[in-house]
Amino acid sequence: MTDSVKLIKVRESIQADNEQHAQDLRQKLKASKTLLINIMSSPGAGKTSLLLQTTSRLKDEYSMAVIEADIDSTVDAERLAHSGVEAIQLRTGGFCHLDVPMVQQGLDSLDTDVLDLIFIENVGNLVCPAEFDTGAALDVMILSVPEGDDKPLKYPLMFSKCDALIINKIDYLGTSLTDFDLKLLEKRVRKLNGGIRIFPLSSRTGEGIDIWTDWLTNKAADHNK
Amino acid sequence: MHELPVTEKILTIALKHAERNGLKTIYSITLQVGRLTDLQDEWLQHYFNYLSRDTIAQDARLIIIPEPIKLQCGECGTIIETKKRDLQDITCPHCGADGGFSIMSGRGYYIEEMEAE
Repeated sequence: MTDSVKLIKVRESIQADNEQHAQDLRQKLKASKTLLINIMSSPGAGKTSLLLQTTSRLKDEYSMAVIEADIDSTVDAERLAHSGVEAIQLRTGGFCHLDVPMVQQGLDSLDTDVLDLIFIENVGNLVCPAEFDTGAALDVMILSVPEGDDKPLKYPLMFSKCDALIINKIDYLGTSLTDFDLKLLEKRVRKLNGGIRIFPLSSRTGEGIDIWTDWLTNKAADHNK
Repeated sequence: MHELPVTEKILTIALKHAERNGLKTIYSITLQVGRLTDLQDEWLQHYFNYLSRDTIAQDARLIIIPEPIKLQCGECGTIIETKKRDLQDITCPHCGADGGFSIMSGRGYYIEEMEAE
């Protein structure tokens, strides 16, 4: 290095452009009265099953679509399309999360003027999707009982950013298959997220789903007015 | 886990500032990385070396400064600095609250500065 080496002050956030895109998208979807909901979880927590339950209960009230992120398969989109919900498959090609430009690709194939609710089924992991804004108005996480009540200790960022937490597969609770402690989990989650709404439910038996869909209906009425 | 897309952004931003300032070689890039993110320092450099080949940043060293985790108590507003492993045991030293903290810092990544000519 020589004397001509300079120190350049940059002070730029690596996330800044995505965050700007996210704000722009939120404004645009607010204007078109479309509620975008980002669903995040581990693989196998039940994102697709919950979406099927949710859309089948709300189909008379709302026009809905799902943007599916999958590393390299179309299994989930096929399940959804089979149920009559429009599903756009994004192949993330190895990416571990969605950001706004990827979500926008999915939205480009949908008519947002007609749609009331659009769900994003994010890539299944609890690390990367926590750090990237998708432009959604609501962030929702699903934790399933078999994963254990210690997950907030391992993935604090994910639990801290969500508006709602769905505890799926509660039909396991009270059986010898699990020692999951719902009260302890709630205490751990509220440590870094005092305002989060928690919905214990079972996509398999349907228990608790109505409370979740009622909440979602209120959120949609508020957002899309 | 997502060091690759983050590293791509670091390179893009560094090259943009180099062009703006009419620079020919980047020697180092100083980053601030929040302690709540799961980025691994050694992987950032590893991917950076790969992505920056044949650019003016190809020999640049990444200098990573950890950004501490700071929480604000939802009850009394006290700011508390903590470590990731201590998050679950936190209580507010001022009012004793044991939940409802918000994260004030520790989740971002910033490019602070770079050495170049």
